[in-house]
Amino acid sequence: MKQENKKEHKFGMVIDLDKCTGCGSCMVSCMAENNVPFKEDESNKKDSITWMRVYKLTNGKDFPETEVVYMPRPCQHCSGKGGHGHSPCVSVCPATATDYGKDTGIVSQIYTRCFGCRYCMGACPYHARYFNWWDPKWPEGMENYLSPNVSPRMRGVVEKCSFCYHRYQLAREKAYLEEREEIEEMEYQTACTTACPAGAIVFGDLNNPEHEVTKIVKPDDHPDPRNPDVVGKSRNPKVFRLLERLGTNTKVYYLSEREWVRKAGDNYTEGEWETIKNHHGKTQISHG
Amino acid sequence: MDSALIPEGVKRTSFPKFFLGMAVVGAVVLWGLIAVVLIWWKGLNQTNMNDYYGFALWIWADLAVIAVGGGAFFTGLLKYIFKVDELKNIINFAVIIGVICYSSALFILAIDVGQPLRSWFIFWHANVHSMLTEVAFCLSCYFAVLVIEFIPNVLENRQLNKVSFFHHLAHNMHGVMAVFAATGAFLSFFHQGSLGGVAGVMYGRPFAFREGLLIWPWTFFLFTWSAAAFGPCFTLLVTKITEAVTGKKLVSDKTVHLLAKISGWMITTYIIAKIIDTIYWATVTVPASGFTFSHFFSNNAFYGYWILFAEIVLCGVVPGLLLIYKPTRENSNLRLLAIILGVIGVCLNRWVMVLQVMAVPVMSFDTWALYIPSWQEVATTILPVAYGIMFIALAYRYLPVFPQEKELNYPAQPVVEGE
Amino acid sequence: MFPFCFEWAWDMAHAIFFGGLWYAVGILGAGMTYVVIKSAYDTMNDSGDSHHH
Repeated sequence: MKQENKKEHKFGMVIDLDKCTGCGSCMVSCMAENNVPFKEDESNKKDSITWMRVYKLTNGKDFPETEVVYMPRPCQHCSGKGGHGHSPCVSVCPATATDYGKDTGIVSQIYTRCFGCRYCMGACPYHARYFNWWDPKWPEGMENYLSPNVSPRMRGVVEKCSFCYHRYQLAREKAYLEEREEIEEMEYQTACTTACPAGAIVFGDLNNPEHEVTKIVKPDDHPDPRNPDVVGKSRNPKVFRLLERLGTNTKVYYLSEREWVRKAGDNYTEGEWETIKNHHGKTQISHG
Repeated sequence: MDSALIPEGVKRTSFPKFFLGMAVVGAVVLWGLIAVVLIWWKGLNQTNMNDYYGFALWIWADLAVIAVGGGAFFTGLLKYIFKVDELKNIINFAVIIGVICYSSALFILAIDVGQPLRSWFIFWHANVHSMLTEVAFCLSCYFAVLVIEFIPNVLENRQLNKVSFFHHLAHNMHGVMAVFAATGAFLSFFHQGSLGGVAGVMYGRPFAFREGLLIWPWTFFLFTWSAAAFGPCFTLLVTKITEAVTGKKLVSDKTVHLLAKISGWMITTYIIAKIIDTIYWATVTVPASGFTFSHFFSNNAFYGYWILFAEIVLCGVVPGLLLIYKPTRENSNLRLLAIILGVIGVCLNRWVMVLQVMAVPVMSFDTWALYIPSWQEVATTILPVAYGIMFIALAYRYLPVFPQEKELNYPAQPVVEGE
Repeated sequence: MFPFCFEWAWDMAHAIFFGGLWYAVGILGAGMTYVVIKSAYDTMNDSGDSHHH
């Protein structure tokens, strides 16, 4: 099992937005899997905890040209500028309560270490981090359904998507017991991935060329010649990342056939999109 | 009633009147304390903060009091290191204002964190790469420096000074004060700067993010500079208010003019740097991340270009010019206008660097988020103001804060020797 | 904060940050220790002097 521990994974996912129907199964499964507490009134979305949140985007056009897309947004598990692990939140946490796993690429949150300063929330442009404004509560009887593999969080700390890290731990334990050196792709899948009825989410190790996610994304490990902070840009012209230009280097990729959806993933000054839209990773350019 | 405690040779209002005034302000403090208890007991759901506004009114108040409290370190630096001796007439008061500001800042942080009992983690489990870690360490240490600088003034109280040890302690502390002041200036440089760094390093937030020198974004230097520039304005403003309330002249015009002049030059040089920073940010940094300058100032109900104009021109360029031009500086009304504008300006800058940063949408499909604080947040933010008033009233009544008070108010009276 | 905290690393970042911090704290501590001892010494030296003040 030692070999498994030493291996450098880079877990990530790609979400096919053309397949996503916006049903919200990913959100529900995530809440159930990760013991996310309930508020009495969940109508204010700015203070309810949704590790996985589905945004609704439109192309802004009038009927009959209106198009809608649903964009599930887990924590993006940024590897930070240049991919060195200095994600926007990890680098700012004063108490080392959030960390970048060099062996997994997962941004962790240590609940018992967090003292609730919320600097990480301010630093995250994806709103992927949530604060426990209240004591965690579940409707009566529902405590019985809590997962024993995930610790519930106390009031006053920040929490977020962990890529279901406990599932990785379980998979590793299983492999160890079975005296295997590696875990299989399907042994570690996040709750949202397995719950999506449309199969829109593909999860795996971006360092493993055999994994489906890597085959779709085809990440380019060279820095983007236009912006040296950006690494891991997709060579697939249909694949994009949220706010890629900021250099956060997320490991959640999105896929869409529609140009306006891909454009919505980032910000562009006037006319800029036309010059950027066909630029997909270094290798692509050299071929083109 | 308490005449034995009042400094020799000066007059103070009657004790009942003083007590009544303290009771009124005390009521405000009590209101704030009720809010504090609610927040500690029930949690941060007592505020109107949310997951978009993790940093809100309190963090602004924190940054603002530290900025205006910058008068203490800068005056100390000038007095003890650069030997600007004239400032001895205002240094005690600058230190008192500093003590109030920094204790308030630490207090606000203690209610702002979600798990106050774990506050020590910031020291114990320090992440040296975080600007907030630097803030916490330097803030606490510099508060210790301010207390050290304040102690001699306390020990000069008429009764305490009769104790031989205290008399010597006050004297000896004055003797090595330059060492403490230098350490304080060193710590202040870093914590004022790192407060600017808090915003400047957030590369996920294009409104806040700045390039910089080595690990320090430009906001690091701008914050230190602006605290040194506008801090003395606040010292002068509070002096002016204290003079109005007590009906006495407490600091000579010569000292006031000198500090106003230094502040004026600091403000003017700062605002030039700030303008350069803003232009570079607007034309280079912002477009590089795909945004336009106008994105940050439009399509919402509150943040418009007016705030930029107010911060930089109205409350930056104007007070700077008013204070460097001798005739306007020495005109008491215009000087007062300038120092008020200056204090507003630096507070506006801190507001923008905290609340506007949170308000601006970053993802293309996100929306502006505006926020109105709850009464608990307002009460706890006013609390330090009321506490500051009580602190100053007590210090003024019982301690020899203003060395010129006797000569400026009782010139005809021969000084009566103590028995 | 201390080398025995597990986050501690003997790297340049820790050396600079905590070097600066402990240096400043050291000066404050040493300065205060000096003035307190000196004041105690001065007090003992004046104890026979009733003309003080």
